[in-house]
Amino acid sequence: MDSIKQEGRTVEEAVALALEKLGITREEAEVEVIDEGSKGIFGLIGGKNAVVRVKVKVDPVKIGKEFLDNLFANMPLDEVTVEVVSEETDDKQVFYNIKCPDLGIVIGHRGETLDALQYLTSLVVNKATEKYYRVLLDAEGYRERRKQTLERLANKLAKKALSTGRKVMLEPMPPHERRIIHMTLRGDDRVTTYSEGREPYRRVMIVAESQPDN
Amino acid sequence: MKELVETIAKAIVDQPEMVRVNQVEGEKSVILEVTVADDDMGKIIGKQGRIARAIRTVVKAAATKEGKKVIVDIQES
Repeated sequence: MDSIKQEGRTVEEAVALALEKLGITREEAEVEVIDEGSKGIFGLIGGKNAVVRVKVKVDPVKIGKEFLDNLFANMPLDEVTVEVVSEETDDKQVFYNIKCPDLGIVIGHRGETLDALQYLTSLVVNKATEKYYRVLLDAEGYRERRKQTLERLANKLAKKALSTGRKVMLEPMPPHERRIIHMTLRGDDRVTTYSEGREPYRRVMIVAESQPDN
Repeated sequence: MKELVETIAKAIVDQPEMVRVNQVEGEKSVILEVTVADDDMGKIIGKQGRIARAIRTVVKAAATKEGKKVIVDIQES
């Protein structure tokens, strides 16, 4: 984190000097006044300089994008574009969409590459910021398509659990995918779901509830 | 491949200037030996190796196009 301490005759002067040294504008900076300074008697005796600390403001959106751009520049992929999805980006989360002709490589098996990229970007963004930001990565609508697939799968396997009376074990999935399964079946009283095993092999189980009435 | 691992490692550690990646070419595989500052070992491995695993996943994806097996070996300095 770039920050400098700067003295000046007045606060304004100190800030201006600091901005010049850092090569940034007032909007890109965070200013903390350490000492307001004083003029002294008649502006002559006992005057004290103002002291400020000026810090380069951290922009999580920019940090994440720079990291992803750098990373993709070092991957043998054609024409990767990382765009910020502004509708999904606010002061709590940052959302990027990746466009690339080699989408399959970016996504990986069951989204494992996309998840790995998302996790690493989250580390980089949150290392630079004091506040926690959720970092989300999508590849041309993959997340939504996957969500629909998982919802269908959840309903199908719930039916299977009910008809066989046995518990159904799903494949290992990352946390957010397991959550989709749990959420899909939450409203269904006939089945319960829980997860079992250790990451990254943790998997959802669907169990038919015993029917006490009949 | 070496640059890719360097880019990722430097972005997540506290002492990027201490990151070294050494590329050893084998016949069918490439080994990338990564060393970081002692204090940064946890930053590059993560809880239960989660960060190391994410790095390996990304590197594996990058290697699919080149058809070579890439091994990321994080070493103690």
